[in-house]
Amino acid sequence: MLHFQRWKLILVAVVVTAGFIYALPNLFSKTSLEGVPSWLPHKQVNLGLDLQGGAHLLYQIDEKEMVEDWLKNIRGDVRDTLRKSRIGYSDLAQDVTKRTVSVNIRETADLDKAETELKKLAVPIGGDVFGGFSGNDLEVTREADNRIVLTVTDPGLAHRMTSAIQASIETIRRRVDAFGTTEPSIQREGRSRVLVQVPGITDVERLKNLIGETGKLEFKLVDPGADAAQASQTKQVPVGDVLVYSNDTPPIPYVLKDQVLVSGENLVDAQPGFDSRTGEPVVTFRFDSAGAKRFGKVTQENVGLPFAIVLDGKVISAPVIREPILGGTGQISGNFTVQQANDLAVLLRSGALPAKLTVIEERTVGASLGADSIESGKKAALVGLLLVMIFMLAAYGLFGLFACLALFVNIALIFAVLSLMGATLTLPGIAGIVLTIGIAVDANVLINERIREEIRSGKSPYAAVDAGYSRALITIIDSNVTTLIAVLVLFWLGSGPVRGFAVTLTVGILASMFTAVTVTRLMVATWLRWARPQAIPI
Amino acid sequence: MFRGIHFVPPDTKIDFVGLRAISWLVSAFLTVVPLILVATIGLNMGIDFQGGTLIEIKTKESPANLAEIRGKVSGLGLGEIQIQEFGAPDAVLIRIASQPNEQEQQQSIAKIKQALGDEVEYRRTEIVGPTISNELIASGTIAVVVALFGILVYVWFRFEWQFAVAAIASLIHDVTGTIGLYSLFQLEFNVSSIAAILTIIGYSLNDKVVIFDRIRENLRKYKRMPLVQLLDLSINETLARAVLTHVTTFLAMLPFLFFGGEAIFGFALAMCWGIVIGAYSSIFVASPLQLILGVRREAWSAAPAPAKGRGAAAARI
Repeated sequence: MLHFQRWKLILVAVVVTAGFIYALPNLFSKTSLEGVPSWLPHKQVNLGLDLQGGAHLLYQIDEKEMVEDWLKNIRGDVRDTLRKSRIGYSDLAQDVTKRTVSVNIRETADLDKAETELKKLAVPIGGDVFGGFSGNDLEVTREADNRIVLTVTDPGLAHRMTSAIQASIETIRRRVDAFGTTEPSIQREGRSRVLVQVPGITDVERLKNLIGETGKLEFKLVDPGADAAQASQTKQVPVGDVLVYSNDTPPIPYVLKDQVLVSGENLVDAQPGFDSRTGEPVVTFRFDSAGAKRFGKVTQENVGLPFAIVLDGKVISAPVIREPILGGTGQISGNFTVQQANDLAVLLRSGALPAKLTVIEERTVGASLGADSIESGKKAALVGLLLVMIFMLAAYGLFGLFACLALFVNIALIFAVLSLMGATLTLPGIAGIVLTIGIAVDANVLINERIREEIRSGKSPYAAVDAGYSRALITIIDSNVTTLIAVLVLFWLGSGPVRGFAVTLTVGILASMFTAVTVTRLMVATWLRWARPQAIPI
Repeated sequence: MFRGIHFVPPDTKIDFVGLRAISWLVSAFLTVVPLILVATIGLNMGIDFQGGTLIEIKTKESPANLAEIRGKVSGLGLGEIQIQEFGAPDAVLIRIASQPNEQEQQQSIAKIKQALGDEVEYRRTEIVGPTISNELIASGTIAVVVALFGILVYVWFRFEWQFAVAAIASLIHDVTGTIGLYSLFQLEFNVSSIAAILTIIGYSLNDKVVIFDRIRENLRKYKRMPLVQLLDLSINETLARAVLTHVTTFLAMLPFLFFGGEAIFGFALAMCWGIVIGAYSSIFVASPLQLILGVRREAWSAAPAPAKGRGAAAARI
């Protein structure tokens, strides 16, 4: 056990040196690292949100609302298809729980034709990783009494959910970027969730407001013939109209024509600005050519009448059209503060979310608490390390010193691996590192106790050390593997800080096994050859 | 040259297994009392498992005026609100019960902030909705069960089923004992408590495996020694290692109790306790259980099975 082949020696030396080099950047501040040439290691361990402050927001897409919207669209498509094909129908209905739209075809003779036409509404889904065809998003079936049922399929819903999540992530990214914070992380979690992590953010409420808005912008005409106040009381509006309230307190009711003139999809830009006459904050916007054409036509036909700008079902302003707006640009004013105008511009620029997102978990840590946690974590870890080293020196003398040196190698290796992995260090993670210090010391204790036993049984120094290492090795492997099982479960099922803890613990256990069985062994072997002791001082 | 202090004398002959009449009682006490505690005073479930809102603030004046804060937030109609000092006189923790739905949960935090104004510093806010808290309960339970099962299989594979069963039984003893600690001191039981429990499981098992290893070795070495004597010998032989390792790990964890800050106090306390109870159960639960379960000697005296080739080969050195 004590003879090292040359290549093994070189390997250990390389690993240990690399460990120190890659751990080194963690001793410097971020700013001083910027001056380091790029070929030198400069990666640091990421600090978790609990240590540097920031927001952790877990959003869930409202699946029911998404299905409802989809069914509403399908219903519209069915209506259009049947009308275009001149097929008489009745009782067009949707069922959210069953995820179906069903319709009665009046003439039995039309059934075949209707089925063929409606089947054209189904879109094939672009399969899985193997590129296979996994069916259509809609299933069209015929039931009794001339009824045709369109059902949203499971793969269809999953596919739509995936695209909704992807679109949401893009939209959220554009909105979060407006805050200019470093390294926000936005990723999918599970089937219908998006996890947003923004380190270092202070105004979490504003962030939440900005992400939480759907951002659906619509331009609609105000129905000049309807009495809004009366409609608000009776809740009754003329056919084709809708009752919408403004964002003011108390809310002002408006009766609008349901038809959407132009929507946010036609926007190409939105910027905060100031009104040239009144000086109040406004948002200026620009339509694409299709939007501009349509808006121009509508404003030409309705000069002198009011129209409403509706955001997420609320009227933000309802100006009167003074002259046709033909250039495709306009501005929205609505008693905004500068920040509100700014946020609205971000919202409009980033596009609408495909569905409403709800916060189901939120954890935010202020920067000062994070800094406090780093300080207390550091202090506790250093005191712990010191106590362990004193104890090891007291218990084993020279062999304790070997163990302490190995401990430094061990800690360097942990930081090197964590930095290279880009792993995140959390407060429990610091405790995890300290715990691995205990585990690393345990390996040395096992070896040293074994050596003591072997000496007592009358072995020569060299033979005792050799036997000590080889016998303790089995125990070290067995006991560490069992610990790893528990830790891997922690990684597999945990999230956030718990996962960070599991990663540090795993890296720590592996590093401690390496240092105990190779690094200290190498130190002891070198010492034995150099000092040729008559007795082992242990 | 300094040889180091031999904290544990080399040839202890403590009759650990002989103490089993007493130790069974202690172990039973350590298992049953936590169950009674959980049934009566219960666990201080954190918002991770219960849902709800948590706000940590730092006030300008020190100590914080808890009564005034209570007065400001109690009229908001948010249901049960707990207000307590948190680690420092000017740090206050406000906990609001779970609201009927996610939207109201979001509004609860805005309401609190409105009531307290900008005079206080908001150091931490956590909102856990009902969906997530239920998931966390499920995944926490699964984690502990899966870990125990994985360990059962590994120990069974590396040793014998008796060892595996003894290990699991003593780990369950450690887990209930730790949960008892959470209940007794009403420490917040949350996701990091599950992490603590799993870490204790890993650490405690590490200790058991070291003794098991020695038992296995001695079973091969002393073919005719009575089992009681053999178990005692194995425990005594590994006693020095056990004491030294537990003391170092304990020393490493201990500063977190004093300097680690309030956020990690519960975790550190559980870990410290876990080290103690794990050390106890290795000697007084896992080893005597071998006696009841009856370790088969034939398994070790026969030619080494291929699956255990490594351990057997090494033992013949």
